[in-house]
Amino acid sequence: MKIVVCIKQVPDSADVKINPETNTLIREGVPSIINPFDMHAIEAGLQIRDKTGGDVAALTMGPPQAEGALREALSLGVNEAVLLSDRAFAGADTWATAYALAGAVKKLGADIILCGKQAIDGDTAQVGPEIAEFLDIPHVAYVRKIEEVKEGYIRVQRLMDEGYDIVESSLPVLLTVVKELNVPRMPSLKGKMAAKKAEIKKMNRDDIGIGEADLGLKGSPTQVKNIFAPEIKADRKMFEGSAEEQVKALVAEMRNIKCL
Amino acid sequence: MSIVVNRDKCTGCEECRNTCPYDAIVMADGKAFINEYCQLCSICLSACPEGAIREIKEESESSAKDLSGYAGVLVFAEQRGGKLASVAFELLGAGRKLADNLNEGLSAILLGADASAANELIEWGADIVYHYDEPSFNKFNDEPYASALSAHIEEKMPAIVLAGATPIGRSFLPRVAARLRTGLTADCTSLEIDNETKNLLQVRPAFGGNIMATILTPNHRPQMATVRPRVMKRGEHQPGRKGEIVNIKSGNISSRTKVIDTVNEESALSVNIHEAEIIVSGGRGVGKEGFKMLEELASVLDGVVGASRAPVDEGWISYSHQVGQTGKTVCPKIYIACGISGAVQHLVGMQSSDIIIAVNKNPEAPIFNVATYGIVGNLFEVVPLLIKKFKEAKGI
Repeated sequence: MKIVVCIKQVPDSADVKINPETNTLIREGVPSIINPFDMHAIEAGLQIRDKTGGDVAALTMGPPQAEGALREALSLGVNEAVLLSDRAFAGADTWATAYALAGAVKKLGADIILCGKQAIDGDTAQVGPEIAEFLDIPHVAYVRKIEEVKEGYIRVQRLMDEGYDIVESSLPVLLTVVKELNVPRMPSLKGKMAAKKAEIKKMNRDDIGIGEADLGLKGSPTQVKNIFAPEIKADRKMFEGSAEEQVKALVAEMRNIKCL
Repeated sequence: MSIVVNRDKCTGCEECRNTCPYDAIVMADGKAFINEYCQLCSICLSACPEGAIREIKEESESSAKDLSGYAGVLVFAEQRGGKLASVAFELLGAGRKLADNLNEGLSAILLGADASAANELIEWGADIVYHYDEPSFNKFNDEPYASALSAHIEEKMPAIVLAGATPIGRSFLPRVAARLRTGLTADCTSLEIDNETKNLLQVRPAFGGNIMATILTPNHRPQMATVRPRVMKRGEHQPGRKGEIVNIKSGNISSRTKVIDTVNEESALSVNIHEAEIIVSGGRGVGKEGFKMLEELASVLDGVVGASRAPVDEGWISYSHQVGQTGKTVCPKIYIACGISGAVQHLVGMQSSDIIIAVNKNPEAPIFNVATYGIVGNLFEVVPLLIKKFKEAKGI
């Protein structure tokens, strides 16, 4: 079984804020991590490999510093790490990102492709299903359990709003996974040492054979027009005084508007 | 277009680095360098004191598609087991406004369900409903859904396509956008028409932090967007409203995936924060023990307990309570946020609540930006007082 896990390096971004006056970003030394959902995808890939044999490749698209995420994946036990990197990818939206990743997956070959359900920076959840479409293979999103996997066949549970669906699919297939699927392992010391020395396979636009029109900004149907801080509610009321005084004022206010 | 740094002018002051929301500016050999993460948002241009960053514009791309011929707004009306999802009505409300603004029509596509559901969509604002009356559509399956919607869009050529950002919409819409080679913007919180260009302005929370981004799909059609449930207001329900219902037999659409069972897990015990009129929510500041206090406050008010992401990640409370971008979107009458700083992922999940009461010790916390009423103080002092005063007020 050949498994490819698509991962993304993201800023551990809970603390990123925007200054509403200057519209600039306040970012104080935010470290980069592997997108948390992708950690579950890596774990799923390793577990399938350990059951069925074969190998797991971690694939990421990004600038050279995304190598850090790949080394972390290697330390967890993936067999191969691939960095898809090219200046021409700049400005890629989900369409162009998925198109490039699909090109790389085609080169690598895969029976099962795993992605986290979404990245915590963009939160779109679109790249996975788009890769499947470009590869012309089926996909199942929001996988919370893998019930059975064997040659040419997989059966999984897909998380839905009111419960879950049991879905079966032929292989190759692409799965996007949720946190409930598993508990990601920690890297071993041996794994860390090996990861330091491992060779990262590099691919660029020529390796995946994508034309100018489908790359980066040119290949991206969507564009960011501007970014801004959310507005402040105009009619808000901030109470003053001690806790007791503020609570009293709130109760009075709520009586006024007949909410109590 | 691309953005480049003039290395001769760059002094290596790093001013530009902090302005980049995408972490795309790195320092190399003491000079700034813009890497592949660049989304061309242009914010860094004005940040450089030396004027060393500039935009290189290329002449308009010849590959731009011919956009004439695309008109109208199409809503994907989601149903589960034959019952229309509430987000369908909300999308019709939003779609009606966009269509009226463009002076074009509003249609809906309904896969599965029955004639009464189609009629309901008319009463909620659709001019035409395309009803793919096929029992196999009652169960959601990505490939048949993607094929039907793609083919429909190619034939009818709507300018705008809206769908719910539900597990269904978020799963198969990307396939449609990929196939049609057009843009799809996820989780929009506001949709408007640019009066000059007639482009759809799609606003969505971006980049983890407290940031909103306006996204355009300027050179491709249709402009596709998903919207989370309960973010848009429903339009007006007009019983007896007349419209056209077109029944379509789509024939056999093959699929490589098969749904073999659907398991409903929503028990009477599980919290339904969607339906609650009052939600008392806690953030990291509450701590594990503090949630007991919130439960008491919620029970005094006949409400339920919610949470931001941190307490769920910490395991203090289960995921079904989570409000926000990766949790549920809620719209109660009263939302009380305790010890929640108000990261935008949380705000998008609750900011359309009627009344928002925020309790936080930090007067600068972003939660106060969306609050109706703000109490600045220690929540371990404030919450017990709230319990006491609300009890008194209700005569308990």
